[in-house]
Amino acid sequence: MEFAFTQEQAMIAETARGFFAENATSARTRKAMAADGIDRDLWASFCTELGLAGIGVPEELGGVGLGMVEFALIAEAAGAQVAALPLLGNARVAHALVAGGSPDQQAKWLPALVSGEVIATSASGADAVIGNGTLSGTFRFAPHGGCANLLVLTAGDKAFLVEATAPGVSVTQHVTMDQTRPLATVVLDNAAAESFADNAAAIRALDVTGWICLAAEALGGAQAALDRTVAYSKERVQFGRQIGSFQAYKHRLADMMIEIEQARSAVYWAACAVDEGSDEAQIALHSAKAFCADTFHMCAGNMIQLHGGIGFTWEHDAHLFFKRARSVSSMLGDSQWHREQIAALVLDQAA
Amino acid sequence: MKLGFSPEDEAFRAECADWLQAQMAGPFADIRGIPNLCDAIPRRKEWEQQLAAHRWSCIGWPEAWGGRDATLAQQVIFAEEYARAGAPNRINHIGVELTGPTVLAFGSEEQKARYLPGIAAGTQIWCQGYSEPNAGSDLANVKTKARLDGGDWVVNGQKVWTSLAHYSDMIFVVARSEEGSKGPKGLSFLLMDMEQPGIEVRPIRQINGEAEFNETFLTDARCPADAMLGAAGEGWKVAMALLAFERGVSTLGQQMQFRNELDAVIAAAKANGRMVDAMIRQRIAKAEIGLRLMRYGALRMLSGTDLAAIDGAALTYKIQWATWRRNLGELAMDVLGQAAEVADGDDYAWGALPNLYLYSRADTIYGGTNQIQRNQIAERGLGLPREPRGNA
Repeated sequence: MEFAFTQEQAMIAETARGFFAENATSARTRKAMAADGIDRDLWASFCTELGLAGIGVPEELGGVGLGMVEFALIAEAAGAQVAALPLLGNARVAHALVAGGSPDQQAKWLPALVSGEVIATSASGADAVIGNGTLSGTFRFAPHGGCANLLVLTAGDKAFLVEATAPGVSVTQHVTMDQTRPLATVVLDNAAAESFADNAAAIRALDVTGWICLAAEALGGAQAALDRTVAYSKERVQFGRQIGSFQAYKHRLADMMIEIEQARSAVYWAACAVDEGSDEAQIALHSAKAFCADTFHMCAGNMIQLHGGIGFTWEHDAHLFFKRARSVSSMLGDSQWHREQIAALVLDQAA
Repeated sequence: MKLGFSPEDEAFRAECADWLQAQMAGPFADIRGIPNLCDAIPRRKEWEQQLAAHRWSCIGWPEAWGGRDATLAQQVIFAEEYARAGAPNRINHIGVELTGPTVLAFGSEEQKARYLPGIAAGTQIWCQGYSEPNAGSDLANVKTKARLDGGDWVVNGQKVWTSLAHYSDMIFVVARSEEGSKGPKGLSFLLMDMEQPGIEVRPIRQINGEAEFNETFLTDARCPADAMLGAAGEGWKVAMALLAFERGVSTLGQQMQFRNELDAVIAAAKANGRMVDAMIRQRIAKAEIGLRLMRYGALRMLSGTDLAAIDGAALTYKIQWATWRRNLGELAMDVLGQAAEVADGDDYAWGALPNLYLYSRADTIYGGTNQIQRNQIAERGLGLPREPRGNA
């Protein structure tokens, strides 16, 4: 039994945790929230100094190799600080290129994605019209879409690479509840669009990377919500006692820990199952996304409640976690949808 | 980080699976999948002895005492295959999983020779004398008294919720051996013979109609002075070490039983058409997720070297499975509908799923209630202030 981190994995986790704790501070994140939702200095250090954007991209394609477990460690650490980074979009697109891009597409985009010069996003469109080398339609809720240079847009079972500066592309960034990951609408009018070499592989990689990223972020966010609330419960005194000594309070914190321990198993089970090509990968991915999103939402909500009035203020960071949790819940399939996929796997297969 | 087991471990899996499947298909087919703990006791004793004859009764113990020195991974695998084969719940679970490891950890060589062979051979069944009418969640409030009289301990008091006491040959008892002592101090850990005039067992009928638990009355009950683990007055230390053995590898075998239970619910939902109901589908998916997360939580706990991570997973495990199983019992009843509230025959006796619904109400109580679990998680896992103690 080796369902535990290797030394190398523990080191990556430690490095990432330290990096985000030191750099993704509340002040810096809030500055990014007031602008376009990206802390550029943080992103530059993340990509160039630490080389972390290259995780999951093979070394021969300019990355640092490694797999989903290592990627999850990074996303967990970023989520713990609600870091304002285009990690989700870049990682999804990089993995899609690795899995389904032609050698030319990989050579053109991967080095710039790994170095962080190119910011990527992804969205799907229900009304898309595929032309001859072009794409038209509306693609909603593209994370960090307003900053993206590279758009990966899906229409049914096809995925396309579109450059944001191409004629016929218009991008509208929206005021978004979670300001650390603002959403944009992309409208294409006969814009030049290049299909992936292997569409199915690209779409699969978009899904897998997105679900792992969100589940791991949610795990990090939930754990941080618990840690910060525990710290507060030991400082704050009412009725002459630390509020963390009241059983009604303690039990809510205990319930958070119970869920978080399971969320941790879920993330690393799913990441491992993907890396090993296990038969369980699909059920693991749906489990991880649904369970971690629910856990994060519960923990972030408790964080506000257990801080009392201060937790409801703009000044306190609790709302950053709460809003990220909401956004994670809805993104890339909500928990009901993921559970229905599991139900279908369990119930609907022929006996 | 890896999900699976090594090729050597998988070879071991094949070996125990073959043997267990053959037993359950052949000579012990009559007790295959038997759901509760109280039925067919004589046959189950024979099964314990069959396990012993093939050295499968206590594989985690040292070879010298009838075990196989099995690694943690092998113990996990055996527990999984045991449940997968539908082998019945071990009636000597207490002896193998609790008494044995405690005697190995605290006993003298002479004590090991006295107590271990009977457990390994499946001839001595053990039960656990911890809880009392006023010492449940507050276990240290034990009132049962022990005093030395010549060469014997003489024990007076009452134990309760003693599982399988009516079929047991031996009992371990936590008793107050220092007059006037309070709480965890002054307790001793005694190993007593059940076959004596000073011990009387009265079964307690439970909400499911069965009687697995008992009241155990000790009236001038006796055991030799050296039938004690640890020093006199240091029984609490032994009792707590024993509780730590309880959350060991048997958890993964237990999960295979949970798998069988969830599969029965899924089969019922398919059979009666409830599987098309969107809410039922959501709840089945939740149960499926919960079961798998239990498995990987347990594997994380058993394969970890990071002690903080192990503690976190271990501390939260009991409330997690107990709550999961209670929810599964409720789901089972919602799937089955009113049909499940009508017994098959003339007795107040229930099939596996209705029985699960009733029995799982005990899961969130015994071995530390969900509320006590939350206190432990908050205090030991999160470092929050301890519950204030009363003076009474």
